[in-house]
Amino acid sequence: MSKVVHEFTTAIPEWKPYVRPLDLAEASPAQLEALKITPSNTKVSDYVLVLAHDVETLTHRSPLFNGVMYNKGGLSRAEREIGAVGASIVNRCIYCAAVHASRYNQLAKDETVIAAIFADGVDAEISPRLKAILNFSVKLSKCPSDADASDMQALVDAGLGRDEILDLILSSSLFGWANRLMHTLGEPIAE
Amino acid sequence: MAENNDVIAAIVGIEPGSELAAVVAGRADIMALTQQTHDAALMPAEPGGLSHAERAALACRIAKINDAKDFEEHFETLLDNSGASGDTARIADIWFDGGGDSRLKALIRHVDLVAHAPKDATRRDIELLREAGLADADLVRLSELVAFVSYQIRVAAGLRLMRGLA
Repeated sequence: MSKVVHEFTTAIPEWKPYVRPLDLAEASPAQLEALKITPSNTKVSDYVLVLAHDVETLTHRSPLFNGVMYNKGGLSRAEREIGAVGASIVNRCIYCAAVHASRYNQLAKDETVIAAIFADGVDAEISPRLKAILNFSVKLSKCPSDADASDMQALVDAGLGRDEILDLILSSSLFGWANRLMHTLGEPIAE
Repeated sequence: MAENNDVIAAIVGIEPGSELAAVVAGRADIMALTQQTHDAALMPAEPGGLSHAERAALACRIAKINDAKDFEEHFETLLDNSGASGDTARIADIWFDGGGDSRLKALIRHVDLVAHAPKDATRRDIELLREAGLADADLVRLSELVAFVSYQIRVAAGLRLMRGLA
């Protein structure tokens, strides 16, 4: 029995699109070109095949996504994942939250932070630095953004450099984008 | 279109030579890709079933929903430049719900929902767009538009807060 997942989890569900993924046999040269620059070109996910219907944005979106999450320097990869998780909680994107929470756990080799965030949200008892990161991400993700000068100052006070703050802005905002695709164009299914 | 060279830099007011400009230059690749996606979402070479004018007008609504005045003005300029008819330009009016046009009504309803409360979107919302006549490719185009503009507005909001740091 498969069922739709409604609660936050680190067990990554399957993503079932509401929209028919592109059939590679019908793909245009531009679509094939855009699909080539995704991280795995052996098996293209249904998600990317759905996005391939709008090839002009996908062409830029794939390298942008990889740059924001994996570029060298700046904020650690694990802390960028907290930016992604904060946005995904606000937007209740169960799939994105699962993928990026479990990636945080792998990178940080610690499951207690995500467990606390899933249980208590911004009130989670985590380190002051992670708390400032999570709080900023959650507030920036509201509509309209609720982040203010004191939330920004809290990042500085928690020890983040300007380059790290920029990466946090980018990863949190990026998931305002990703959540609005993932959560609206399909649903997370557990087997 | 010179004003479109870097919409975020213009809106945030990143001054050349400032500390913020130096930090942002460290992620010049991302900022350039952001601008390229802006152009692809607002003014694509192949717009499909969503005209440039409709995209600019819908983006205007998204800016209003985000209380982002500078973006509202930016998308209004794109709307003016697109040569939109009065009916299309009305989409930018936040009090207009599409009136008697079922396709417009569905577009506006969906954009408002996904901009403001994506968590409330369900399978049914996609079905409503289909019932209003949208093809699958246009569903994805519409989704990318609202998702991208929501991202762009947040990047600018974050940078503006960073600019305010002592």
